[in-house]
Amino acid sequence: MPRTSLTGTRIRDRRTLLGIRQTHLAERVGISPSYLNLIEHNRRRIGGKLLNAIAGVLDVEPSLLAEGAESALVALLREAAAETAEQGAETDQTESFAGRFPGWARLVVAQRRQIAELGRAVETLTDRLTHDPHLAATLHEVLDTVSAVRSTASILVETREIEPEWRDRFHRNINEDAERLAEGAQALVAFLDGASDARRTVQSPQEEIEAFFVARDFHFPTLEDADQTPEDIVRDAGELVSGSAASQALKLLQQYAEDASALPLAALREAVKEQGVDPFRIAAHSGADQGVVMRRLAALPELEAGLVICDGSGTLVFRKPLAGFALPRFSAACPLWPLYRALTRPMAPLHMRIEQQGRGSAPLGGNLFDAFAVALPKGPVAVNADPVFEAQMLFLPIPGDERELWHGAIVPVGSNCRICPRMDCHARREPSIIADGF
Amino acid sequence: MGRSVLLIEDEPNIIEAISFILSRDGWEVSTHANGQTALAAIAKKRPDVVILDVMLPGASGYDILQSLRAVPETQDLPVLILTARGQSKDRDMAEKMGASLFMTKPFSNADVLEAVRALVTS
Repeated sequence: MPRTSLTGTRIRDRRTLLGIRQTHLAERVGISPSYLNLIEHNRRRIGGKLLNAIAGVLDVEPSLLAEGAESALVALLREAAAETAEQGAETDQTESFAGRFPGWARLVVAQRRQIAELGRAVETLTDRLTHDPHLAATLHEVLDTVSAVRSTASILVETREIEPEWRDRFHRNINEDAERLAEGAQALVAFLDGASDARRTVQSPQEEIEAFFVARDFHFPTLEDADQTPEDIVRDAGELVSGSAASQALKLLQQYAEDASALPLAALREAVKEQGVDPFRIAAHSGADQGVVMRRLAALPELEAGLVICDGSGTLVFRKPLAGFALPRFSAACPLWPLYRALTRPMAPLHMRIEQQGRGSAPLGGNLFDAFAVALPKGPVAVNADPVFEAQMLFLPIPGDERELWHGAIVPVGSNCRICPRMDCHARREPSIIADGF
Repeated sequence: MGRSVLLIEDEPNIIEAISFILSRDGWEVSTHANGQTALAAIAKKRPDVVILDVMLPGASGYDILQSLRAVPETQDLPVLILTARGQSKDRDMAEKMGASLFMTKPFSNADVLEAVRALVTS
């Protein structure tokens, strides 16, 4: 029900709810029953003293009669009702429900929020435990090292006559393995500590890198002005705990610095003003590399844009997330992304509209994005050697009302199969937890 | 009865320890650390027993095992699977692929010795 219900209706609703007769209420506040009837049917304005008096008899805040329930609360209740439509919530009475029972209404809204948070936590945890290569690799390494220690130690204990060279060698091996084991055990403890709190984000090197970039909003003013070197920034970054994260972040920042000098901020902003945010058009006009333009647009602080980069194996090596477009944390992404299509046709730029379906998408269709993707060779091109390609996809949100203005196709995509609701997708890799439960 | 073992494993200190105990027991031990070239190594060395790790660089031990079982020359070659994954589904997988014996890490030296001896006599 739209918010058109008026004060009179709310008075009538409240009165009927309490079982008070119209004549009785009219009498209590000193007006005629017919006048109250006109008020209740919204044919007479009401305010001031009379409203206060009626509110007093009906035992309710006058503002609640005058303004209805808080509009945000009503909106959230409607969202909750739409999400689980099969429960048959009386959506035509949402406002009156919120007005009459604000406490219960807030409870519904709070529980819905809590359920969503729990769902996200479960998603993160299952993702970590089943798909995190960092965890699997660490566990495997610890077991391998334990095997080596056990085997070597028992040789030392059980072999009665052992040559001094062998003995020294096995001592060295055990010492070496003990150090590795300590590191592995620490990594596991750190990981499991974090796993018990799904909201803690910094664990694997990928997560450290992401936290590092997110904290700086993917923009580095000191690299733009060449005031600092990438090495300085990485050294001062508290988020980059592991050596692997630091070295990967350093590479990304070196690339950033190169890009910034190839296409400085002022020139980029000028190009956006003239050409819009189409990276291929900007590249064609400025002569800059398409990949550089995409990365530069993603680093532009005022532009709402996401960017993903994958290597030839399809592994995401860089991700700049964007609200409304879910990027899988560890598991592989949706093969329908233009990013992967670009990988199959190197050097051919793609511009598509995509719609991501899944949790959090709007009830009528998903979230709409303009996606630009291209695969370009990485590193130097050598004679008689196949180049290695890297694909990039820049994506920008499109408001839903622009849907009508676009005459091309809108390609439906997902985030990753496990949280994707499209059951009949030919690209599906594994069942969805949405259908099968956790 | 043959006395040669090929150990296919990528962890250097495990390689050293197993080689040592098997050599002390009178076995002729050779080692190989790469999954992709393991089949070629087996064909070349023609060992009496193969000890095979599952997680190898380049290829999985199960893939190697499957290839071994697919050809007549190595169809009956005794293979001891050595793996860090000891869940029953891993055991089932090893059995399905045709493993002669399955052992989980961390193993005891005595068990490995016993297993290798048993594989040759059986």
